Amino acid sequence: MSQATPLAPTSETHAPSATKSVAELKQIAAQVRRDIVRMVHAVNSGHPGGSLGCTDLLVALYFKVMKHTPQPFDMDGTGQDLFFLSNGHISPVFYSVLARSGYFPVSELATFRKLNSRLQGHPATHEHLPGVRVASGSLGQGLSVATGAAQAKKLNGDDRTVYVLMGDGELQEGQIWEAALYAPHHKVNNLIAFVDRNGQQIDGPTEKIGGLGDLRAKFEAFNWQVLETDGNDLEKLLATIEEAQGLLSNGRPVMVLMDTQMGYGVDFMMGSHKWHGVAPNDEQLEKALQQLIVDTASDY
Amino acid sequence: MKDFPYTESKDTRSGFGAGLQELGRTNPNVVALCADLIGSLKMDAFIKDNPERFFQVGIAEANMMGLAAGLTIGGKIPFTGTFANFSTGRVYDQIRQSIAYSNKNVKICASHAGLTLGEDGATHQILEDVGMMKMLPHMTVINPCDYNQTKAATIAIADHEGPVYLRFGRPVVPNFTPADQEFKIGEGIVLNEGADVSIFATGHLVWKAILAGKLLAEKGINAEIINIHTIKPLDARLILESARKTRCVVTAEEHQMNGGLGDSIAQLLAREEPLPLEMVAVNDSFGESGTPDQLMEKYGLNEAAIVAAVEKVMARRK
Repeated sequence: MSQATPLAPTSETHAPSATKSVAELKQIAAQVRRDIVRMVHAVNSGHPGGSLGCTDLLVALYFKVMKHTPQPFDMDGTGQDLFFLSNGHISPVFYSVLARSGYFPVSELATFRKLNSRLQGHPATHEHLPGVRVASGSLGQGLSVATGAAQAKKLNGDDRTVYVLMGDGELQEGQIWEAALYAPHHKVNNLIAFVDRNGQQIDGPTEKIGGLGDLRAKFEAFNWQVLETDGNDLEKLLATIEEAQGLLSNGRPVMVLMDTQMGYGVDFMMGSHKWHGVAPNDEQLEKALQQLIVDTASDY
Repeated sequence: MKDFPYTESKDTRSGFGAGLQELGRTNPNVVALCADLIGSLKMDAFIKDNPERFFQVGIAEANMMGLAAGLTIGGKIPFTGTFANFSTGRVYDQIRQSIAYSNKNVKICASHAGLTLGEDGATHQILEDVGMMKMLPHMTVINPCDYNQTKAATIAIADHEGPVYLRFGRPVVPNFTPADQEFKIGEGIVLNEGADVSIFATGHLVWKAILAGKLLAEKGINAEIINIHTIKPLDARLILESARKTRCVVTAEEHQMNGGLGDSIAQLLAREEPLPLEMVAVNDSFGESGTPDQLMEKYGLNEAAIVAAVEKVMARRK
C-alpha cells in the first residue's frame, strides 16, 4: 500500500496547522480510519461504526479549525479552542486524532481497552490522559459540560470557541434538552454543537426506535441557530464550520446537524447499525485496510 | 457535662448563604448555580454582590451538574445549590461521571436534607444522600451541625481541591459552634470528654447528642460526645481513640442506617476494634409529612432515642 502524498508527520510534537489542504486532511482521515479499525480489531471490542462516521469532523477540528496546544496539556485550555465528545463510545476516533495531533504517543493506541491503559473503553481523565477534559460514555452529559466550559471562557474574557459532538441516538436523553433550553437562553455565543445524524442506534434506525423527527425544527424552536451539512465531506464540513463561527456573533449558539454514514470509508460497514459496537475479524480488518490507503509506515 | 451556651437559633442553610457571600468577596473563582431555589438556599446575598458569577439553571438539575463540571475547566469553583434530594438521587449519574470520576472541583451544596424538611413529606425528605455520595471515589462528604459550622465549612471547601458534598438543612437549631472556630475537613471535634460511652453524631443530631448527654449525666453516665462533621474521609484516629477508651459506641444521624455515618463507623470498628455499637438513624423507611420535631420523635432521632441507645449499648459492653 503506497501513495503519492506522504502522511503528515506523526511525531509527538506535531502541531495542527490551519494551512493544511483538504487533500492533506483526507490523508490524515484515512490514517485515523486505519487506526480505528486496527484498535477495535486488536481487542475485539469497541465502536467502529460511529468512529468512522465522525472521523472527518474530528480531523477537520483538530487539524484545521481549532487553535489548541497539545503539549504541555492544559486542563483549563486557556486561550485554546476546546472539544468535548459527548458520545464517548466513539473513543477510537477521539484517541487516534488526539495521538496524531500530538497529545500522547501514537504507539499508545495499541493499549486501547487493555488493562493499565490510559485509553479506557470510554474516554476519561483516568491517569490524566492528555486531551480528555471530562469522562463521557453515559450519554447525554456532554452538551451541559461544554456549555459550562463555554461560560467559564466568557467569565475569563477568553474569546476562543467550545465545540461538542453528540450522537443522534443520544438526543433521546432528557439532559440534552435541558442543556438545549439553557444555552440560547443564557446567550452562550461561543459554543458550536454537532449532531452525528447517522440515523442509527444499537437496536436499529433512530426513527424506528425513538423517532427524532425534524431536528432542525426542534432546535430552532429551542432558539438555536441550526446548520445542516454532509459530515463525510471535508470541504462542506469546513465551509459549514466557518459559517457557524460567523453566526455566533448573533449572540446565540449554533447546532450543526451532520448527515453522516456510520462506518464511512469501509464499504461493508457503511450505513448499518450492525457495526455500532462490533469489531472486525482478521479477514474483515484486511479488507477494511485495503480500502483505507495511506503510507503504512505511519501505522502505530 | 460541659455547657454549650448559645444566644440564638438559626438554620444551617443560612450559614451556607453567609459563607457563600463571604466567598464572593474573597475568592474571585467561586461561582454559584441554582435550580430555581434561590430563596430556600439563601443564595440571594451572593447573587446581589456577584450577578455575573451566578447561573440560574431553572428546574434542570442534571444540566446544572454538567454545567458545574464544565465551569471547572477554566478554573472556576462552582457551588451548586438545590435540595438534597435533587442534589443527589436525581443526578447521581451526572455526579458520578462528569464530577466524581472526572475529579472536578465542584461543591454540591444540598439543603433540606432529611426528615426536618417537615411537611413536604417523603418525596423531598432524602435519607439516602450521604450513602450515595460517600460511595463515590474522590468525593468528600460533610454534614455540619449548626449555622456557624455550616458557614465555616462552606468557606473551607472552596480551598479543598476536588468534589465535595455539603449537606445542611431547613430548621432553626441552636447555634452553639464558636463563630471563630476553624473548620478542618476530616477532623472530628470532641465536644464533651467522657469515659462511659462514645456518641458520634453528625448534622442536626449533634445538638440532640448534647441534650442526651445532659440527661445521661443526671443518670450518672459520663458520655464522650464527638461531632463527626466529615463523614468522608472519616476521622478514624479520633473515633478509634475514643472507642478504645469507652468500649461502646452510639452513632446518631438524620439518615438511613444503610449508608450513613453509623455504617461507616461500624465498618471501621469491625476492622480495627470490634465493639458493641448502636445506631440512632432511620431504619429502612421513608419519612412522611409532619413538623420536624414530630418526625424526629416518631422516627427515633431525638435525645430520648440517643439515651435509650446508650443504655442498650452499655448493657452490651463486656
